[in-house]
Amino acid sequence: MARFVVRRLLSMLVVLFAVSVLTFLIFNVIPGGDPALRMAGRQPDPAQLERIREDWGFDEPVYVQYLKTMGQLFSGELVSYSTQQNVVAEIGKRLGRTFSLAIGAAIMWMAFATALGLYTAIRAGRLSDRLLTILALVGISMPVFWVGALMNYYLGFKAGIFPNGDYVPLGEDPLEWLYHLILPWTALSLLFIGVYSRVLRSNVLDTLSEDYVRTARAKGLSERRVLVRHVLRNSMIPIVTLWGLDFGAVLGGGAILTEAVFDLQGVGQYVAESVDQLDVPPVLAVTMFGAFFIVLLNTVVDIVYAVLDPRIRLT
Amino acid sequence: MSSGPLLTVRDLGVSFTAEEGVVRAVDGVTFDLLPGEVLAVVGESGCGKSVMAMTLMGLTRFPNARFEGTAHYKGLELIDAGEEELRRIRGAEIAMIFQDPMSSLNPVMRVGEQIIEQIQAHEGVPATEARERVAQLLDRVGIPRARDRVDAYPFELSGGMRQRVMIALALSCGPSVLIADEPTTALDVTIQAQILHQIQSLRDETGAAVILVTHDLGVVAEIADRIAVMYAGRIVEQGTVNAIFYDPQHPYTWGLLGSITRVDRARPERLPAIAGLPPSLADRPEGCHFRPRCPHEFDRCRDVPPLVARIDGDDDHLDRCWLPVEEKRERREVRPGEIGLGRKPGAAAA
Ligand SMILES: Nc1ncnc2c1ncn2[C@@H]1O[C@H](COP(=O)(O)OP(=O)(O)OP(=O)(O)O)[C@@H](O)[C@H]1O
Ligand SMILES: [Mg+2]
Repeated sequence: MARFVVRRLLSMLVVLFAVSVLTFLIFNVIPGGDPALRMAGRQPDPAQLERIREDWGFDEPVYVQYLKTMGQLFSGELVSYSTQQNVVAEIGKRLGRTFSLAIGAAIMWMAFATALGLYTAIRAGRLSDRLLTILALVGISMPVFWVGALMNYYLGFKAGIFPNGDYVPLGEDPLEWLYHLILPWTALSLLFIGVYSRVLRSNVLDTLSEDYVRTARAKGLSERRVLVRHVLRNSMIPIVTLWGLDFGAVLGGGAILTEAVFDLQGVGQYVAESVDQLDVPPVLAVTMFGAFFIVLLNTVVDIVYAVLDPRIRLT
Repeated sequence: MSSGPLLTVRDLGVSFTAEEGVVRAVDGVTFDLLPGEVLAVVGESGCGKSVMAMTLMGLTRFPNARFEGTAHYKGLELIDAGEEELRRIRGAEIAMIFQDPMSSLNPVMRVGEQIIEQIQAHEGVPATEARERVAQLLDRVGIPRARDRVDAYPFELSGGMRQRVMIALALSCGPSVLIADEPTTALDVTIQAQILHQIQSLRDETGAAVILVTHDLGVVAEIADRIAVMYAGRIVEQGTVNAIFYDPQHPYTWGLLGSITRVDRARPERLPAIAGLPPSLADRPEGCHFRPRCPHEFDRCRDVPPLVARIDGDDDHLDRCWLPVEEKRERREVRPGEIGLGRKPGAAAA
């Protein structure tokens, strides 16, 4: 276990290093990437440009710039090129929004996908299974920005059943928090519910024909217990991997479209706006932030996997 | 214990609607199981043994299955019993050991837990007490360091150990009927003998009746009281071990006996056991199903021979062959002391 943790920490460092170098390089080579030009305004005079370059260190070799930027990031001094605001503080402000979206949606899509996957597997081939299969495929094919916009417009703006955008912190008013997040959660979850329920359905169908499920029935267990303890338990193992990775991505600001459609002002939306400005510091910071969560959840998944399936050893 | 049969099966039929047509896996199976006896069900692979055994526990109730006939156990009709009635019987009254110990245990659950689960499904036993009982059961079926093995996962045990766990599981609620479906085929020979011995001694200790399904006549000679020979879904011959081994009536039984190595006799030169293949259960020949493979076929074989006693003075020995008893006795002898598929009168002893 100790070896496992050390290995994972080391590999996390490697991943974060690689991700940061790549991000930094990409923004240094793309056309229009010179931050001094944008900072100087419309008609920059060469002397002013020179001064900006010197002040911000843009005249130094790339690796020096990289090291400086990383140093500032980790000491919390990194500021945006375009707004001059502290990047870490900006992410901190948006953290609650992104986490609220991610955690709520992840619970929502897992719960619905589990129920739907199990139900359609048990009813496989019947009318209800076919209808729900079509529904799941519809859910998979609908782009989130489109569904989100429709929901926002019809349920929020027109019908007034749900608030139109906006966010209330959990600490301020839990009910309002929930109320404001229902639409974003739903919009983000639809795709995942569709995919996960399909995967689970086929896992359950495979598991149902396993010999040990027949043994479970032969023991005189109730059908409910057979399904939950023996069928679902084993069918869920592959799903947990998927779930961990997707959850990590969304936690790290990956739900950019959902955040933008509902104007949640989360970390994802922040990075989208920063990319638009070719503003390296926030992009770099959010990318590292996202990578951190993906690697972290990957590790969590491996641990959970080993707990769920004792045949797997942590190495 | 009453003297009547524990289990009475009459005209049991099971068919599955499949792509290739209607598969009649079990057809007109009739037998009684007496308290404390070991009934061996033998036959080639695919003749419906497992389907028959599992049907008695309601484990073949797939959407494509159709059932006929009856199976009475202690006043309960098993074939059309409700799920809840069956649930109370399963594991507690009738327990089953399955063909493949490698896949019959849940891979992610500790073996002790899997047995405790059954005990608690039938008896209101507290967890610690159930656990103690499991440790004793594992010890009793010959698992070394049983107390530690309660918390083992199936993958930590060998095939033989897993099959012992399956036996412990089957015995945990003291069932009156134990169905063992080829409990040893997946195991190597030395383990096979131990497992069979285990089943036999448990029968002696608990007085449970055993249905032992196998395709190997050799293993039943020692431990069975009676034998039912199945062919293509039907029982073609049924009787005591002695009757089947020393006075077999059905040419299919002769073939089966010819293909085993008898320990008590010199090994015969290998006879081509039974030429040909068993019929597809979706498309069986009319009349006697063994007809196409039988060297003794004659006109009457186009009619289905009923399973009846044909030997004077032995009402327990039943078979499905139209040949007169004397004729059978004459034809089946290939050489003194050996039994093959039999020869036609006049053909030279091979
Ligand atoms: N659910 C099902 N649907 C269709 N056919 C089935 C089903 N279950 C079993 N069968 C068929 O029933 C027949 C009898 O199978 P069964 O498993 O009882 O044979 P067996 O005598 O136990 O053979 P073995 O010695 O190989 O275990 C086989 O042809 C099998 O394909
Ligand atoms: Mg079988």
